[in-house]
Amino acid sequence: MVTASAEAIRARGVSRPWRLIAGAFLAGSLLVGLGVGPVGIGAGGIVESALSHLPFLHVHSPLSSLQEAVLWQIRAPRVVLAAVVGGMLAIAGSTYQGVFRNALADPYLLGVAAGSGLGATLAITYGHVGRTGALLPLCAFVGGLSAVAGAYVLGRSAGAARAAGAFVLAGLTVTLFLTAIQTFVQQQHTNTLRDVYSWLLGGFSTATWGQVAVASPYVALSAAAILLHRRLLDVLSVGDDEASSLGVNVPRLRLLLVIAATAGTAAAVAVSGLIAFVGIIVPHTIRLLVSTSYRAVVPLSLVVGAGFLVLADVLARTVVSPAELPIGVVTAFFGAPFFAVVLRTSRTSR
Amino acid sequence: MIELRGLGVRYDGAEAVRGLSLAIEAEEWVMLIGPNGAGKTTVLRALCGLLPFAGYAAVRGRDVRTFGKRELARLIAFVPQNPVMPGELTVSEYVLLGRTPHLGRLAVEGRGDRKVVARALERLDLLPFAERGLRSLSGGELQRAVLARALAQEAPILLLDEPTTSLDLGRQQQVLELVDSLRHDGLTVLSTMHDLTLAGQYADRLVLLDRGEVAAEGAPAEVLSQANLADHYGASVRVVHDDGRVFVLPVRG
Repeated sequence: MVTASAEAIRARGVSRPWRLIAGAFLAGSLLVGLGVGPVGIGAGGIVESALSHLPFLHVHSPLSSLQEAVLWQIRAPRVVLAAVVGGMLAIAGSTYQGVFRNALADPYLLGVAAGSGLGATLAITYGHVGRTGALLPLCAFVGGLSAVAGAYVLGRSAGAARAAGAFVLAGLTVTLFLTAIQTFVQQQHTNTLRDVYSWLLGGFSTATWGQVAVASPYVALSAAAILLHRRLLDVLSVGDDEASSLGVNVPRLRLLLVIAATAGTAAAVAVSGLIAFVGIIVPHTIRLLVSTSYRAVVPLSLVVGAGFLVLADVLARTVVSPAELPIGVVTAFFGAPFFAVVLRTSRTSR
Repeated sequence: MIELRGLGVRYDGAEAVRGLSLAIEAEEWVMLIGPNGAGKTTVLRALCGLLPFAGYAAVRGRDVRTFGKRELARLIAFVPQNPVMPGELTVSEYVLLGRTPHLGRLAVEGRGDRKVVARALERLDLLPFAERGLRSLSGGELQRAVLARALAQEAPILLLDEPTTSLDLGRQQQVLELVDSLRHDGLTVLSTMHDLTLAGQYADRLVLLDRGEVAAEGAPAEVLSQANLADHYGASVRVVHDDGRVFVLPVRG
């Protein structure tokens, strides 16, 4: 007879090999992002230059002053911003998928991105906040939260207490409505049209350390809140009634996670514009390769999402170099077919 | 262990349960029977805090409304008729969810919790399945996984809503035998049941509900009378008593 021991029981967190692989992926992506461009810089040079900026190490940078400037004033803020935004969009996607128990949930489908975008657009157009203002994430957050609240109320009235899928349809409705307002505002203010439009397409071509500083606190707080609740996301997978009978205050947990994911998404949208599909591609790739438990999906989404968007940005600025593709085009190009696959498989798994 | 007095539950605007009074002793197995829509499931859901109710419901002498959610979940484990089975979790991960009421909001399971889960899996012969995905399990194995999760909750009261639906005859008996043995380990069980012959063989006491009210209550042999079943189910049956057991056979009128 087998004796029951605690060792036989484990929940799949992130195993050590996957931790290493994810870490190596992110580090590799960062090096590629920093190294690739009109001024080529080798990985060794990047590492030594980085060390030379640390106190007490006495490492001398092998790079020329031009290379130093390109690396730390142009490329580094861009790469770091892409990493922060990518990590946030991916972890937010995994959170929405858990909270709404819907494999297709994504910051974009739930209206969060459209709401954040409209909030930011209104701020730029009427509030003269400017594209890099510190108030922009706040305006985007108000917009994103209003949108997700609208989707929530609409979804509930459509019977979402029974079917989580109603939330997604409600989110889509909200998105379409907000997009209409967005278009209207843009048409009325053709003077800011170009500014808003180029921002909406999404991208990091004008990234600055200032933007990194604006977005990072929101992203850090929201990612930390989500990471702490990853086990409860697994509990939500048994449905509201059963999670509730396990002692979880489901409405409160759902609200908390939605606010966290929305705040982070809004900050990301405010500094990067609308970049679709990261929240779908990354969590689902992790489910496919590593584990389907949120204990693994949530932390890995943060790390892998960061690396993924850095690489997507590298593509965006190299494919048609010296011109740039909007990064949203790159992610959609890979994301839309991916979405179609998820749509097909999630139908059979229900 | 459980005491209900004048329990009333409104559900979807209608009075689903009215003036229900019932006392259940520790280690007793009481089954709620009755036609569709009689309010059987509603009673279970109200007791475990999923539906608001009027009247009085107490566990171990204390009004259930005074318990916090987690506190109540440590006393009552509820298995719904059609549990949501997240196919993407392994059996271990799924059964570990049963430890939720014992954990702080942000805590993860410790050694003690994993030990409880290991014992629950062993009790239900699921140890060899510990690492398997729920999606790969058969109906009977899934039902055992659900029971294992309820056991991992370490609650003294188990509420089962139709534990045998969608199981074949052999699996039905296995599950009921299992619940019966758990009950002798110290569990108090309140369940609903469609199959009256099985209900008559496993329950200590039957409570026949009709339109939200108690129509009959007592030992299976008393409750499962031809007259009761004709009156409340509108069914034409023959009731056979054999060797102290009761068999309910549907007969074409």
